[in-house]
Amino acid sequence: METTLIEKLPEVTWVGSLIKAVLILAIISALAGFGTFIERKVLAFMQRRLGPMHVGYYGLLQIAADGIKLFTKEDIIPQNANKLIFMIAPVITAATAFIALAAVPVFPDFTIPSWIPLLGDTFVPSIASDLNIGILFVLGMMAAGLYGPLLAGMSQANKWGIIGAARTAVQFLSYEVVTGLSILAPIMLVGSLSFIDFNTYQAGGIGDWLIWKQPVAFVLFLIAGFAETNRTPFDLLEHEAEVVSGYATEYSGMRWGMFFIGEYANMITVSVIASIVFLGGYDVASMFGWFFIMAKIALFFFLMLWVRAAWPHVRPDQLMWLCWKVLMPLAVVNILITALVMMV
Amino acid sequence: MGLEQFKNRNVGTQNYTMVDAGHSPKGVLCQFKQVVKRTFKGELFVGLWVTMKAMLKALFANDMHTVKYPFEKLPISPRYRAIHDMLRLLESGHYRCIGCGLCEKICISNCITMDTRYDENQRKEVSEYTINFGRCIFCGYCAEVCPELAIVHGSRYENASEQRAGFSLFEDMLTPIDKLNLQQEYSGFGSVSPNADDNIKQTPLAY
Repeated sequence: METTLIEKLPEVTWVGSLIKAVLILAIISALAGFGTFIERKVLAFMQRRLGPMHVGYYGLLQIAADGIKLFTKEDIIPQNANKLIFMIAPVITAATAFIALAAVPVFPDFTIPSWIPLLGDTFVPSIASDLNIGILFVLGMMAAGLYGPLLAGMSQANKWGIIGAARTAVQFLSYEVVTGLSILAPIMLVGSLSFIDFNTYQAGGIGDWLIWKQPVAFVLFLIAGFAETNRTPFDLLEHEAEVVSGYATEYSGMRWGMFFIGEYANMITVSVIASIVFLGGYDVASMFGWFFIMAKIALFFFLMLWVRAAWPHVRPDQLMWLCWKVLMPLAVVNILITALVMMV
Repeated sequence: MGLEQFKNRNVGTQNYTMVDAGHSPKGVLCQFKQVVKRTFKGELFVGLWVTMKAMLKALFANDMHTVKYPFEKLPISPRYRAIHDMLRLLESGHYRCIGCGLCEKICISNCITMDTRYDENQRKEVSEYTINFGRCIFCGYCAEVCPELAIVHGSRYENASEQRAGFSLFEDMLTPIDKLNLQQEYSGFGSVSPNADDNIKQTPLAY
């Protein structure tokens, strides 16, 4: 009887996880780069411009040009900066963004077709590691990513950086409560913290989607997600018109690029969470489940760009007002109502 | 009409119309009402729709505003005073300049230098003619004073150069003889631009 290569190896799950980790890193980095291209294009179209057009067909190779530029730029570390912290701060942002993706499923489980050499007939679970506390892990990792801007801003001996770091703290304190409370109501309904359970809970089609049962939680989570990824209505951390570039003022080259990739990876993560928790995730029964979840993720990603083109951003005090005085009470009321309905 | 009413700085007594800019709500209940009203008013979605409409129009209704500059240029106004052109007579193809020297005389930055002589028919011909575009301020006096419409302003406005002095010779500015049929007559300082009709917009009376 023939055995596949994976079965011969002693540590099957270990190797599988490694392969998946490398795949996630490669694909999400590429997608983050592609996300910058999409963002530039969409923003350009919404402002009746063409966007990048000259590198490659329709500007498609602009990512490569930007990548080469980022990699070859001089890496400047300011004289009075705390050098160690300055150097590791971008790594925190990028690393936590990718670690968060380890517990996020993006496609249904599948078996590799048997005609593919070496790996044929291998069962591939949809997720790098199906933690039973998946949502907590992802949200915690994304929250830990805020250490990147915080440390970067404080270590760089720059006024704008300090302001950026202070705003990071403000933003973090504001939205994190809303994120947790808003997603608590769906967690109560499903009774699990695993993304897989969320997906199976909504497997019955569009009618079973949690967005119909928890519309308030959906809106609250979206708002908090925008704050979590520093997207436009809440991009206080590095708003150019006010604080030059905030926490990223002194960064250049690849270190700045890591902040950038981290931000876009976080955007993808938030899109995936919103798609799975509220919009039904991937449909296991359907053959095109993987396509539908990609479409949902793309929809949320597009929404972030769309909002950036349309809306002005808020002041830090407005963000705090919004999160503490409006969104948090709403989230608590939502949880109470959910609990009452579940009891009755 | 005298200026008295404009010199009156006494704001309180004048006939000003106050713009209704709203007023901030008084009391907690009014503030709460305002928040609720604004939350459900849907103004944010109006903003989203505006940008989406702009994108759809740009993509599908050919409403893109980008001009790919080095490859395509907007038409410039005929009043624009760019690098000079020396025109020819359409019938004979001979250059129009009669060597009167008025342009050299009127040039206020002294950038036109010309020299003339008699040719074999005892007619004046231009032997030397240069314009130093490093000094030229493009005031347009030379074109205005020219009795023969020989020196005019053309449409070449990309005149960045690596040196401060940049001399153009008579032959450089003269219409090439094989492109005589393409020679554009200078329509003058008061003329409208060729795309003037496109630039006309409706007066925004709505606001």
